[in-house]
Amino acid sequence: MELLGIPDPWVWGAYVLSILGVLICVFYGILNWNKGGDDEKKEILEELEWEKKELEMEEEELGF
Amino acid sequence: MNIMVLTLIIIIYLFIIGYVGFVAWKKTKSSEDYMLAGRKSHPYIMALSYGATFISTAAIVGFGGIAGQFGMGILWLVFLNIILGIFIAFVVFGKRTRKMGHNMSALTFPEFLGQRFNSKFIQYFAGLIIFFAMPLYASVVLIGAARFIEATILIDFNIALLIMAIIVAVYVMMGGIKGVMYTDALQGSIMFLGMIFLLISTYYLLGGVSNAHQSLTNLTPFLTSEVTAVGGTGWTSFPSLGSPWWWTLVSTIILGVGIGVLAQPQLAVRFMTVKSNRELNRAVFMGGLFIFFLPGTAYLVGSLSNVYFFQQTGQLATQVVGGNIDKIIPVFINNAMPEWFAYIFMITLLSAAMSTLSSQVHVQGTSIGRDVYETIFKKKGDKSVPIARIGIGFSVLIALVMGYLLPGSIIALGTALFFGICAAAFLSVFICALFWKRTSKWGAISGMLVGTLTSIFWLFFVFERTAAPLGIVQSLTGKEVLLTSLPWPVIDPIVISVPFAFIVTILVSYLTKPPEKQYIDKCFKGI
Repeated sequence: MELLGIPDPWVWGAYVLSILGVLICVFYGILNWNKGGDDEKKEILEELEWEKKELEMEEEELGF
Repeated sequence: MNIMVLTLIIIIYLFIIGYVGFVAWKKTKSSEDYMLAGRKSHPYIMALSYGATFISTAAIVGFGGIAGQFGMGILWLVFLNIILGIFIAFVVFGKRTRKMGHNMSALTFPEFLGQRFNSKFIQYFAGLIIFFAMPLYASVVLIGAARFIEATILIDFNIALLIMAIIVAVYVMMGGIKGVMYTDALQGSIMFLGMIFLLISTYYLLGGVSNAHQSLTNLTPFLTSEVTAVGGTGWTSFPSLGSPWWWTLVSTIILGVGIGVLAQPQLAVRFMTVKSNRELNRAVFMGGLFIFFLPGTAYLVGSLSNVYFFQQTGQLATQVVGGNIDKIIPVFINNAMPEWFAYIFMITLLSAAMSTLSSQVHVQGTSIGRDVYETIFKKKGDKSVPIARIGIGFSVLIALVMGYLLPGSIIALGTALFFGICAAAFLSVFICALFWKRTSKWGAISGMLVGTLTSIFWLFFVFERTAAPLGIVQSLTGKEVLLTSLPWPVIDPIVISVPFAFIVTILVSYLTKPPEKQYIDKCFKGI
């Protein structure tokens, strides 16, 4: 079977699958555009807390 | 091509990039800022920066050249890059890496692995692998850009290399990853538009999609006898199963780069820079498109360049460039595209080279600063920044020297070898770190060592393309490689080393003490 002037299914198959792959990425991105952002604030606060602790530890250990 | 116009365009471009880098540099204050852009990057910036880092001149010039030689079977690599390199990497690996990196407060890829297995050895061993293997990849990226400069403005290749190296060194040393990410994103946008234009105009030039492919199919009878002898069957059909060409295309090019991408330190570190999973979800959208239009275009255009060259000169692409496939894409652009596009493409390639190189040398610099220096000398915090910057300067220098030493047609092979070494050393440990809580410290260490050593052994003693030029086996046994019967000399190290590393990691983990539950819970918190 030939597709788009390419005779070998092993080659046009890769072409078609690549396009499907892009579509999966595009739809996944659109469908989940606003999902997964809930922890953001908490994590930033946590990181600030760590940084504070690290500074305190450095002060204790190194006497800065 | 007018050198004055080109110089002017490049200077304006560098000023814009310099300005973006400078603004980012002003914002870089602490060591944490320098290493990871303080973990707060916009999804568009993150996706384009990941894409621009992932896709370099090596992919465009080097693999485009491979496509000119091997044909469109290389499109499987586009498919793998989209599914593994973007979808799986972002959705499955990225989210876990981000969360775990956050839980462990890790800033570099070696630090991530070291913290996860509570092993300083893993951290500096991984840092050393990166520091020593990365120059190979960095140098082929430099070569890719220099080849284009050489073909476009007809200056000496060696001078072109030097110019590229200086531009990159200055620009990375100033900004750290924040500068790198913003300029990467700008460069990613330029690359994206440039390549879409190239794809459309190539198909237009050759009479449309089906016509162009059909003309390429019609060239099959003109394959040289050397090519058919090693398994080539034409540019629109796959090489014969099990032939040397089949093994090279499948194991080195498609699997080496397609799978190796999951364990790339300069890419994995990107996941730790985003502030939430939402950004990763959004980045998948842009990432898929980016991969399709960048390497996808390069591979299609590389293959189709045969039709153009044959119509114009009666010769195939590899013949036109005298056998150095690294020149196929540069020569095609300079002959087949309008002159103004050659200028734009110059900027596109400059962007591609700068974005990848800057991330490479940045990862190299931080690996020596943070992973080796801080870990061994137990120094903390901002003191590693100057070391990292010196490391970066040193990395560019090594890449430049290697750029002078490496032979022609090396870009794709060099890239594939680097991806393969990373996969051998890091893939099993990285996957186990993310998905298997039972992995023990000794399992991880032995998997990493066995993967690396197997890969090095195979490269030096069995894999013909590297073992033969190195000549070690020749001097010991009189034969070029240890195993001479096919297919062994044409099987890429990745096919042997990665499964081997996995088996060892799993076996040793079962034989040694499991990690403490409390520690594992801390790493996997929220996953």
